[in-house]
Amino acid sequence: MGFSQSFFAARFGLSERDLESYLSEALSAGGDYADLYFEYLATSSIGIDEGIVKSATEGVTLGVGIRVIVGERTGYAYSDDLSPEKIRKAARVAACIAKGPASVVRSGFEEAQAHNLYPMLRAPNEMGLEERVSLVKRADEAARAYDKRVFQVQATYADSLRNVLIATSEGRLSFDRQPMARMSVMALAREDRGSPQHGYAGGGGRVLLDYFLSDKTPEFFAREAARQAIVQLSAVDAPAGETTVVLGPGWPGILLHEAVGHGLEADFNRKGTSAFSGRVGQQVASPLCTVVDNGTIRHDAGGGRRGSLNVDDEGMPTQENVLIENGVLRGYLQDKLSSRLMKTSSTGSGRRESYQHIPMPRMTNTYMLAGQSDPEEIVRSVKKGLYCATFGGGQVDITSGNFVFSATESYLIEDGKLTSPVRGASLIGNGPEALKYVSMVGNDLKLDEGIGVCGKEGQSVPVGVGIPTVRIDKMTVGGTAA
Amino acid sequence: MSGAKLKEDLEQLAADTVERAIAGGATDAECTISEGEEFSVGVRLREVESLKEAGSRGAGIRVLVGQRAGSSYTSDLSPEGVAKMVGAALALARITGEDPHAGLPESADLGRIDGDLQLYDDAIARMSTEWKIEQATAAEKAALDFDPRVQNSEGASFDSHIGRRVFANSRGFVGSYRTSSCGLSVVPVAKDDSGMERDYWHTSSRMARGLESAELVGRRAAERAIRRLGARKVATQKVPVIFEPRTGRSLLGDLFGAVNGSAIYKDASFLAGKLGQKIGAETLTVVDDATLPGLFGTAPFDDEGVASRRTVVIDKGVLKSYLLNTYTGRKLGMKSTGSASRGITGNAGVGPGNFFLEAGSQTPEQLIANVRNGFYVTELIGGGGNTVTGDYSSGAAGLWIENGELTYPVSGITIAGNLKQMLMDVEQVGSDLEFRSSIAAPTIVIREMTISGE
Repeated sequence: MGFSQSFFAARFGLSERDLESYLSEALSAGGDYADLYFEYLATSSIGIDEGIVKSATEGVTLGVGIRVIVGERTGYAYSDDLSPEKIRKAARVAACIAKGPASVVRSGFEEAQAHNLYPMLRAPNEMGLEERVSLVKRADEAARAYDKRVFQVQATYADSLRNVLIATSEGRLSFDRQPMARMSVMALAREDRGSPQHGYAGGGGRVLLDYFLSDKTPEFFAREAARQAIVQLSAVDAPAGETTVVLGPGWPGILLHEAVGHGLEADFNRKGTSAFSGRVGQQVASPLCTVVDNGTIRHDAGGGRRGSLNVDDEGMPTQENVLIENGVLRGYLQDKLSSRLMKTSSTGSGRRESYQHIPMPRMTNTYMLAGQSDPEEIVRSVKKGLYCATFGGGQVDITSGNFVFSATESYLIEDGKLTSPVRGASLIGNGPEALKYVSMVGNDLKLDEGIGVCGKEGQSVPVGVGIPTVRIDKMTVGGTAA
Repeated sequence: MSGAKLKEDLEQLAADTVERAIAGGATDAECTISEGEEFSVGVRLREVESLKEAGSRGAGIRVLVGQRAGSSYTSDLSPEGVAKMVGAALALARITGEDPHAGLPESADLGRIDGDLQLYDDAIARMSTEWKIEQATAAEKAALDFDPRVQNSEGASFDSHIGRRVFANSRGFVGSYRTSSCGLSVVPVAKDDSGMERDYWHTSSRMARGLESAELVGRRAAERAIRRLGARKVATQKVPVIFEPRTGRSLLGDLFGAVNGSAIYKDASFLAGKLGQKIGAETLTVVDDATLPGLFGTAPFDDEGVASRRTVVIDKGVLKSYLLNTYTGRKLGMKSTGSASRGITGNAGVGPGNFFLEAGSQTPEQLIANVRNGFYVTELIGGGGNTVTGDYSSGAAGLWIENGELTYPVSGITIAGNLKQMLMDVEQVGSDLEFRSSIAAPTIVIREMTISGE
């Protein structure tokens, strides 16, 4: 597709000449670099609660963000009005960061290379509204049918289509249409008079609604949410203190996101504020660990993973970046600004929440490559410990390296066997240390279902994680049982 | 455009949008418009690192067609954009289900509180960019000058926001209010042979004069970062835990989740069905008050046009009230507490006004002096409370208390318990209540929690 057929050219009559003139305005007081990020985001969501479809919402936001970089300085402004005078005004505001003679904008654009990771697109609401209603109703029914102890179910289906156009003063022009769809189910269960327990499951990615008709059905997520709630009914208190931990495959990969991923984002390392700063080439994990961040992967059934992108939010193609190779720290996740200042190249990791936000180095899909061990053998090897099957969220202090993630479904391991389920508990570790205790890595790498949202400095972006079954010899578990 | 003219125009637009929805077949409708301008400057190692300035607008509509609801929003406030928005909401109301409890507030419940709530300060609109840069620079300088172990920083920032919220519904309510806020924060990094630690201090206010001085913000941030250096793990044990106001606020946030009417009607809270019962210690009195002038949780009316008020939620340990919007009130056979909250579209949820734990009489120093062996929490990381079960587990950092004094720094540990028991175990509450956000707490002493460490 050429620029003239792209969304913003067709819909708003933007021409390459317009883009050049806005970039010139942005660099009118000097500066090393400027870019424009046009965004048109259409969203829709529908929710069921107590068996009634209580909510349905659609909406549209559009705008342009304009950035000027001068050395380490960034000027930023945005406008939700795409009239030329408003865009020029925003460009002049962004230009205030620089104080000098105008810089010259390269004339003419080259269309950037991009992947082709998404399914053939239709607008999100081309699929009938009735089909959306049917998805959440099916989830509601399946969760209730799973077990009569399930007494509350909420299910949501949400999708969006984001059209972006990125133009840079270096003459790079990128456009992309990024779909996203997600289904989530929450179930509450209780015994006769006992207290309720909670279960949650969800998934999706850069896919369309039909993904939920053929690949991962509402019933799949509903049963999983109900199953988790039922498991919790017989849970015992989580242990307190250091123990051996086995992470199950898939979503427990959030460990990698918190323990190493954030600490390897280039902005923190450029500033020397990360526990991983200056440690490229050092052993930071067991030699069994190879961790990558890969923005180019798809679902088996087609369509992109939740963290995948044809181009990042600075117009660079995403790529596979090796973060840790056989335990040795290999590199950082770079965006435009940090890579300029660190005299290296962008790794396609510049992301932002919307046109109102300045891009930063971020993760895409972060996972550990499969190892050699049989997952059952890993569990059998543990005399006393904790097996974590599912997690809630996590958080990290990148400076001290301390990170926390919350286990929502886990089991005691006693004499090599999973026994009682345990109640939710936080696990805490230290980034550069925790993975040194990895003593077995399974051959069962699994990526999560596609529910991750990563927050950094107030900006949320969708991400994916993955991990095979992994044994960690020592971690602190925050339960209450002695 | 003058402020008064803009107010008039946006209120008119909200009322017209509601009318358009009714004309299109809605039996009821409510429209929210929000507009605002944001500014932020980041300074790092004495140089300006980023400058951001922009404004935006958005409108949202929720329609009811009988007992079915539909919602939509747009950032395009042109007549065409608004017409599309209304059309989308009406189309969606044809596919949602009949909900016998759906509907707008009764006309008698609509209203607003009068008088100057001190939510807007023109001095914030008039602040010069140079002055804001100076503030951030001075705060970071104070942190960097405080101690030679502070040589690095993630920077300081000054941000300001000016906004307006407009609401109209088909029961004749039209209202709007302006808000302003400004804030200054700094994140210094301290380093010594033991490693590297960061911390922050932040001040914010709806009034320009409400900010702490840049020097104080920088110094406090540096002090906090330095005192974390050399942090160690401690042994796994059960001890008294003291939450400073910054971390106590997070416990109040968990408590808010448990009295939120949306969780109560679903039986998804450990406090469901406990109204009138003793659920906490005598020391525990919790209030939600959206009428206190100048605070972040204050507004003349809630997000469905019900007048703001003060609600005693827990009185000396007895659960007195849940926090409710119109919908959750109807579900429970109760009245709204004026706690409706939403962005600009969708069914309203429940949000806090100023939700706080009433102060006690002792200073934090006195409370610490009473503890022989315990943990003083200055930072919570990850985790938190489970509203359904009350289970509580969070990563934590802070200082160990020995013989009534703060001693060495501690990190890499978790604290755990159950909120049901923790509420009963609130032994003491400090005198140091400050409203730094819409949820606020003074120092809180919990009799015993489990520390997981080595």
